[in-house]
Amino acid sequence: MANAFDSTLLFMQSLHHKGHSLYEIQVIRELSGLILTRGPKLCNFVDWRGLRVVYKRYASLYFCMCIDQDDNELEILEIIHHYVEVLDRYFGSVCELDLIYNFHKAYFILDELLLAGELQESSKKTVARLVAGQDSLVETAKEQASAISNIIAHATKKVMNPLAIAF
Amino acid sequence: MNPFSSGTRLRDMIRAIRSCKTAAEERAVVRKECAAIRAAISENDQDYRHRNLAKLMFIHMLGYPTHFGQMECLKLIASSGFPEKRIGYLALMLLLDERQEVLMLVTNSLKQDLNHSNQYIIGLALCALGNICSAEMARDLAPEVERLLQFRDPNIRKKAALCSIRIIKKVPDLAENFINPAASLLREKHHGVLITAVQLCTDLCKVSSEALEYFREKCTEGLVKTLKDMANSSYSPEYDVAGITDPFLHIRLLKLLRILGQGDPDASDCMNDILAQVATKIESNKNAGNAILYECVGTIMSIEDNGGLRVLAINILGRFLSNRDNNIRYVALNMLMKAMTVDAQAVQRHRATILECVKDSDASIRKKALDLVYLLVNESNVKPLTKELIGYLEASDQEFKGVLTDKICSLVEKFSPEKIWYIDQMLKVLSEAGSFVKDEVWHALIVVISNASDLHGYSVRALYRASQTTTEQESLVRVAVWCIGEYGDILVNNVGMLDIEEPITVTESDAVDAVEVAIKRHTSDLTTKAMALIALLKLSSRFPSCSARIKDIILQNKQSFVLELQQRSIEFNCILQKHQNVRAALVERMPVLDEATFSGRRAGSLPTSVSTSTGTAHNIPNGIAKPAAAPVADLLDLSSDDAPAPSSSGGDFLQDLLGVDLSTASAPPSASQPPKGGTDVLLDLLSIGTSPPAQSSSSASDILSSIQDNTASLANLNGLTSLSPLSANGNSPASPAPVMDLLDGFGPSPQKNEENGPAYPSLVAYESSSLRMSFNFSKQPGNPQTTLIQATFTNLSPNVYNDFLFQAAVPKFLQLHLDPASSNTLPANGSISQSMKVTNSQHGKKSLVMRIRIAYKMNGKEVLEEGQVNNFPRDL
Repeated sequence: MANAFDSTLLFMQSLHHKGHSLYEIQVIRELSGLILTRGPKLCNFVDWRGLRVVYKRYASLYFCMCIDQDDNELEILEIIHHYVEVLDRYFGSVCELDLIYNFHKAYFILDELLLAGELQESSKKTVARLVAGQDSLVETAKEQASAISNIIAHATKKVMNPLAIAF
Repeated sequence: MNPFSSGTRLRDMIRAIRSCKTAAEERAVVRKECAAIRAAISENDQDYRHRNLAKLMFIHMLGYPTHFGQMECLKLIASSGFPEKRIGYLALMLLLDERQEVLMLVTNSLKQDLNHSNQYIIGLALCALGNICSAEMARDLAPEVERLLQFRDPNIRKKAALCSIRIIKKVPDLAENFINPAASLLREKHHGVLITAVQLCTDLCKVSSEALEYFREKCTEGLVKTLKDMANSSYSPEYDVAGITDPFLHIRLLKLLRILGQGDPDASDCMNDILAQVATKIESNKNAGNAILYECVGTIMSIEDNGGLRVLAINILGRFLSNRDNNIRYVALNMLMKAMTVDAQAVQRHRATILECVKDSDASIRKKALDLVYLLVNESNVKPLTKELIGYLEASDQEFKGVLTDKICSLVEKFSPEKIWYIDQMLKVLSEAGSFVKDEVWHALIVVISNASDLHGYSVRALYRASQTTTEQESLVRVAVWCIGEYGDILVNNVGMLDIEEPITVTESDAVDAVEVAIKRHTSDLTTKAMALIALLKLSSRFPSCSARIKDIILQNKQSFVLELQQRSIEFNCILQKHQNVRAALVERMPVLDEATFSGRRAGSLPTSVSTSTGTAHNIPNGIAKPAAAPVADLLDLSSDDAPAPSSSGGDFLQDLLGVDLSTASAPPSASQPPKGGTDVLLDLLSIGTSPPAQSSSSASDILSSIQDNTASLANLNGLTSLSPLSANGNSPASPAPVMDLLDGFGPSPQKNEENGPAYPSLVAYESSSLRMSFNFSKQPGNPQTTLIQATFTNLSPNVYNDFLFQAAVPKFLQLHLDPASSNTLPANGSISQSMKVTNSQHGKKSLVMRIRIAYKMNGKEVLEEGQVNNFPRDL
């Protein structure tokens, strides 16, 4: 079954870029109806409500981007592919479930790739490096937090009932 | 204490939601989670704040309301740790948009984070700013972003550059601050920075002509060199896509060069070589290469003319067009459309291929190709192209038929070389896709047929034949019924046979059959049935032998549940039974419908003076000089020359008044008594009941002339519209009195309405050395959307202006109806007035705006003045 879920991801940014995001859900519903009915050999562009939508299908996932009239449609396809390659590298052969359970990470990666609706980095390596850098920062913070909580736990163990600590 | 160790984790929540089998189950899970999150928010729980927000984002993506979490975003952003900020900024971008006032509160945190010592945190802040910043935030934070354009880390510089794009789009005034930093970024080697810098320059050029000049002068050569280096660079794995080094950068450079070269021969000259190189060297077997070629062609087409390059570009497009990949064909069509303005001849060469694309199995391509074909059509090729398109109408699917029909109709109308061809083509379209033909299109066809007196016979026979084979096309049936009603005698007697026609024999009862089928068909709508009813009335006089049968059919509609039909049926029956003496005069053939008036109506405005602007003799049958009181004049004209008034015109209220949709208008004026012809419709109404025809027609014209005396035409309109509902209920045959009331009502109503109108200050909408135009406004009570504007034109010069014509255009959310001016001659230092009606569909949200054009002849020389009126009072 095709899943329009991931179109959400790319949609957000392009819509923010265009300045209207209120009807996101409605937009996605309407668009997925339009796109999912298109056969596999047809072109990857649809005109919809005066906007042009570029979509690309990877297995059961559709990636969509809403673009301006003077944007280069073929290049948008490359950008989508670029994003998918970065995801693939990050998750290690990415699948739909990876993206659903780690939707925030998919967003973090997207934010390193696109900004204000424009491409910001053409090197996959750089994107991967930047995301990894931020992830490690989160890890360090977590470790610190647990280290502190361990110290507190040790300190309190001496005086308090072990049951209370578990709580 | 690890925040991911207790409660439901994000992962568990997603799993729970995914395992739901029904929407109700999902709602229950989400409701429970939301309740827990709300509780955590009210307890000001800090440990799980970022996990809660992550859950909320997921819930938001499923389409549930999450506004209660907005303040939590701000708290997370304000906290010190990186993980919290990271989630906080993401949630800010997802859950909020720039319209929310909460966003104002985040400006301060953003400012702090833009100055943070950790570059990742700066990156987060820039990203959020670039995605959601509002105009106020742009003003507040622009200095920070500008400073970050010179930050030591390139990854921050590139983010700052893109962020600047958002800022200058929101506040174009800030553009000049970014010109210098952007130019210095162009010298960088880092691809990310370079891509974003080129993008920033492109957008700067779009918002500021100063920037465009600057970059054109200072950076064109540098950019050309960068592109050259890129094109000649050796394999670099980091940026390689399908054998090409960084196509993204290629494309952005080409895009910027396009803007720089446009309208500047020197800059264009400078980039010729590299464009030629890119166009010839890039391989087109992969999408990335094609994307560059596509962009390159676009640039070649936009920059100043260089014959050789253009040929190269058109050849590339030709290759694209014959490509098997649909994407490539789509972009080729797209680009050919743009190329039309530059080199229509070259595009014409690909006509055959483009025409093939109209039949493509891919809807996107079909639509694009059709748009392009539409542009390609001219006088010389309209016949073969229309033939192709109509031929394709049979095969196309329902969804596409509508679009295709629209285009064909518009082409046929625009380029038709002769009337018979026009009628033929329209007939084909009507029989093939009649249900998709818009009302004004078949109205136009009727007008054309009515004007082509030598083709009356041909048309009615062709229509009769078509309606015998095709019965499910509503608008075909309507036109056929109208023609049979009007020209039934010609049909039966085979008058005006053309050589190309095959002779047919139609008896009188055959013709009546055709109309009867239309009125009895259960799919016919009210308009068709009403038209058929009138056709029958007309035929009753044309075919005396069928008179009794026609009466029966008309009587059958006495039981119709539709009030209109019932009423008409009784009225017509009355005419047939009691008023034999006037029947023949009543159902005379309609005088020729005036094409200029009709096309003027269609365009949404009436030409100021039909007779002068078209040169065709225009007789006003009821002898009433066209007064400023055009809405009333509409009433008078309607029966004579405006039968198919489009529903958008001022004729609406008349339809109310007269009852039956547009078709009533085909009630005929009497040729034998031309001065009273226009009143026949009213006479129709009045003839029901007791008043003898002669008397009623005189009383009607009395009333009408009294209306005409009253130049406050707009107020009259009020009177009419407010009274029209009365007519619908009132003029049933049993009670003739309300009809008279209706007409009596004309007198007093204007004054009353004039007093009621809310007061708006009048304004001088346009003034030049020779002419002043001022507007007076009034509103109809109870209809705030509609504004009545009385325009007064004052001649400020000592010369007389002849052929004075005022035209106005409004954006889509407005609807404009223009009445004729009080005169088309503007005496020296004199003035004339013209009224118009503007309906604002966005009343209260948008104020009126209008573009105007005034044409006149002064001392035999044509003068054209144009302008825009922006100073309307806000609440109109």
